[in-house]
Amino acid sequence: MINSENPYIPYIATVEDTWDETYGDRAIKTFKVVFDDEEVRENWSHLPGQCAMIGVLGVGESMISISCSPTEGKFLRFSVMRMGKVTQALHQLEPGDKMMVRGPYGNNFPVDEWQGKNILTIGGGIGQAPLRPIVEYVKANKDKYAGLTLVYGARTSGDLCFKGEFDEMSKSGDLSCHLTIDMEEEGWDHNVGFVPQMLLDLKPSPENTIAITCGPPIMIRFVLENLKKLGFEDEQIYTTLENRMKCGIGKCGRCNAGNMYVCKDGPVFCYSVLKEIPEAFA
Amino acid sequence: MSAMLLNKDKWPEFIGKLTAKNLWAPQAEGDAIRFGPVKEGDLPALDYNNTRVPPKQVLFPQTETMYRFQLGNVEMETPELTGEQVVLGLRPCDARAMDIVEKLFKWDVDDPYYLKRRELVTLVGVACSEPGLNCFCTTVGGGPASTEGLDLLMVDFGENYLLEAVTDKGKTLLEEVKELLTDAPADSAAQKEKAVAEAEGKIKRTIDSEGVPAGLPGLWEDPLWQRVSASCLGCGTCTYLCPTCHCFDIQDEVEGFDGRRLRMWDSCMFGEYTMHTSGHNPRPSRKERTRNRISHKYSYYVDKFDVIACVGCGRCINLCPVNIDIVEILRQVKEAL
Repeated sequence: MINSENPYIPYIATVEDTWDETYGDRAIKTFKVVFDDEEVRENWSHLPGQCAMIGVLGVGESMISISCSPTEGKFLRFSVMRMGKVTQALHQLEPGDKMMVRGPYGNNFPVDEWQGKNILTIGGGIGQAPLRPIVEYVKANKDKYAGLTLVYGARTSGDLCFKGEFDEMSKSGDLSCHLTIDMEEEGWDHNVGFVPQMLLDLKPSPENTIAITCGPPIMIRFVLENLKKLGFEDEQIYTTLENRMKCGIGKCGRCNAGNMYVCKDGPVFCYSVLKEIPEAFA
Repeated sequence: MSAMLLNKDKWPEFIGKLTAKNLWAPQAEGDAIRFGPVKEGDLPALDYNNTRVPPKQVLFPQTETMYRFQLGNVEMETPELTGEQVVLGLRPCDARAMDIVEKLFKWDVDDPYYLKRRELVTLVGVACSEPGLNCFCTTVGGGPASTEGLDLLMVDFGENYLLEAVTDKGKTLLEEVKELLTDAPADSAAQKEKAVAEAEGKIKRTIDSEGVPAGLPGLWEDPLWQRVSASCLGCGTCTYLCPTCHCFDIQDEVEGFDGRRLRMWDSCMFGEYTMHTSGHNPRPSRKERTRNRISHKYSYYVDKFDVIACVGCGRCINLCPVNIDIVEILRQVKEAL
């Protein structure tokens, strides 16, 4: 659905709803947006793992992962942490405001290839945003997958995104959900500790399982290590990378990790490919 | 009508005809030579070695408006690129660079700005007879009379220029000035060959790139990167002046209510180029940036597009304020393989 005449011209979308996921210095806000043009709305298609350039005219654009599955409806969701100039401007948007969106960019999680398998997502902090579409996708296609397990952690309970959704899903039996926070908190009845350790404690079986991880680089590094300890093969492990980007279509040059452009060859990488790229975990 | 002679007596007339077609050519600017529009009555001279700044801005301006908008409004207006242009006097390396960079701007998704400009321009090159001290085009796939990327090639034959059309655009241009031309004599091919061989003989610097594209990733941790980047100031001259460097930034500029989304040259030698919003930088020092610059040109680009993204023009060597020398870096790379 990349604009064929000029890929740099974004589509206009309207913010339908927005809510806070987390608060504080690194607040995360979720936006539900709908394209203004009916044709764009109908023809837009993305798959879990893909990203879009979103922004505000006069401020700029940022590459943000699409945090909803196409199975959820004819809208897009973005969960954005307030960090810099563009995300600051995005956080000011309210329902009815316009957001500029171009994409979808990058490759996707090979959800078809994974049919019949157990899906295990391991997320940390805002890293859950690109994983959420898989959770939703698998949930919507329950009969095609063997099972769905979610491991998710953040610094504090207040830093967890989509918490309410996951609670609901685990209650309905759609998902085996394991939440963790770094330090003890009053009223917290889930796990306390780091994500990689909880993964080890849970001992998920590698048999017929795909593990997908996303989070801070340091977490990813230890999760990969622990997945190997648990007997996962490189081919069973996926992650999604991010780098600074400007164009999203492999022209502006900066997002490469070794010979791979994160915007085109990624953001989704199988560990068997990623381990050969020396810059991947820089 | 593919090879013709232009007597140098007809040069002013020839230039006059082209000036009417929005002609750009090298012009003296202080002690430098720079590509710019030729005004009526001006007479560009081709007796220069090469311009300090490559003519890449003809297709890829240093700053370019992608679209305009009004603050508080969502209508976007793209500037329409129209009007043909003739660029005369490019060296073959710079034209070849345009062909190389075009591969990227055509990769899967077309870049409308670059490709439209390319479509509108006719490139008239001039073969080198006096290569520079740091030229090494012949060992990276080019040559002093390479026609890659050109529409028309001129070769200096002393009293005459030999004009060889390379593309249909070149043929059309020859057609338009045909009353100034005479047929090339039968021995012109041999004369050209001799001139080219002479020029090639003057190129003293060489790169041995055999095994380099495949071998570079394996040198990731090699101490050579520290060595070759130790004196780097991070000024970005090597990339700004590189005819194959194509990296750009996109920024919004607002004056009152008038907004523009711009793209401008960027450089992988700058820290901000890769810096994440969080402050984390995957290429934190000049060592990583130099390694990326060399690897991109001599390995990654070869992986993607099957050609080295360096044409051997020597600008990054000539103009580096601390004498970092890509030929020497490649020598060390080769040694480390």
